[in-house]
Amino acid sequence: MKKAFVYFLMILCLFVLQTTVFHAISLGGIVPNLILIFVVSAGLMSGESYGLTCGFFCGLLCDIFFGSFLGFYAILYLYIGFVNGLFHRSFFAQNIALPIMLLTGSDFVYGVACYILMFLFRSRFAFGYYFTHRIVPELVYTLVAALIVYPVILRLSTRLDIIERKSEKKFV
Amino acid sequence: MALTFRTGFITEPFNAIAGAIVVPVQRGVTTAGTWFKTRADELAEIRRLQDENASLRARIDELNTQNTALQQDVYELNELRILFDLDKQYEEYETVGARVIAKDAGNWYHSFVIDKGSDEGIQKDMNVIAGSGLVGRVIDTGPHWAKVMTIIADNSSVSGTVLSSADNLMVTGDLTLYEKGLIGFSKLVDNADRVAAGDKIVTSNISDKYLPGILIGYISSVEEDSNHLTKSGTVTPAVDFNHLNDVLVVLQLKEDHTTEVEE
Repeated sequence: MKKAFVYFLMILCLFVLQTTVFHAISLGGIVPNLILIFVVSAGLMSGESYGLTCGFFCGLLCDIFFGSFLGFYAILYLYIGFVNGLFHRSFFAQNIALPIMLLTGSDFVYGVACYILMFLFRSRFAFGYYFTHRIVPELVYTLVAALIVYPVILRLSTRLDIIERKSEKKFV
Repeated sequence: MALTFRTGFITEPFNAIAGAIVVPVQRGVTTAGTWFKTRADELAEIRRLQDENASLRARIDELNTQNTALQQDVYELNELRILFDLDKQYEEYETVGARVIAKDAGNWYHSFVIDKGSDEGIQKDMNVIAGSGLVGRVIDTGPHWAKVMTIIADNSSVSGTVLSSADNLMVTGDLTLYEKGLIGFSKLVDNADRVAAGDKIVTSNISDKYLPGILIGYISSVEEDSNHLTKSGTVTPAVDFNHLNDVLVVLQLKEDHTTEVEE
């Protein structure tokens, strides 16, 4: 319960950061995708149900404030959270390669999905342009941002796990 | 001498001889003289004409400059008249200021959130302007916030009019042009080739969401489409979208505007 509450606060913080402060440090109009970093780490650290729920709420926030209709980002982030949650079993805190690989894969899938669903369907065929000017820069920038954000989420998550385990012991 | 004075019998032959010899010469000389005279006169005339020509040319230049200046004044006057009308129109619309509080979380579209919402009287489809031109329109409202879709967003289209020729066109946001600070336009029918770079584009009166006469931007390039019927190109928006912090929301909907006009 405590964990869910902290995650909720975390989502709000990152969403606000991304939509306000991070626009000031955007490079060439590209903003790093903090929300995606959080969804990937939540799935990876806490399993598919957490990843799925976090993804859904993050996406819903994006939909409410910036989408043209509800549900698009919600379902996209939901799937990303769920798939990353499947890797929870092979996750341990010291392994840095797995989160980086998953984040790269997730951001790539996110970018391509956005392109196909929002641009290709409106007959914008210049995939090469969107790939080199939107998807790849966002990927690189997100990875750089993850170097700072990921350790914070990791520390918070392990702390929460310890607290939760203690409280479980109390009840037993 | 006295003989000749008295009788003059010799005068006639002399006259005749003189006449026969001298007159042609005289005539010739006179003719030549006249010819030379005329040539000389002509030369003098030429010199005078040349001077006159030069002075007239100078006058023409002067008048031309004056004319151009006057034409420019006329153009400026027209433009100012139009601007004045526009300004009057802007003044007619009641606006409310709002602050941009959040920008799109993704990198694909360019919508933003402002800090005024339905409680402050803001409704869906209200136009948003900033300083000199059109920013976009409200697409969703909350109690104290509203979502604004900008005209530079890839999924946005605005019906516009070229001020100089009154031709209609569609202004469409384009992500591929965004980095150059431009937006695209298309479906311009301009058979007379009157539309050129630098022409002003304002919102048209046939748009069902945007109020008429709001400045969108200036044409920066025009190209003929492959169908040879329509033209498309790029527009430099009048608003600096990168440094957009405060906007004005026009508290009048297009639907109400048209009904008012009909009444």
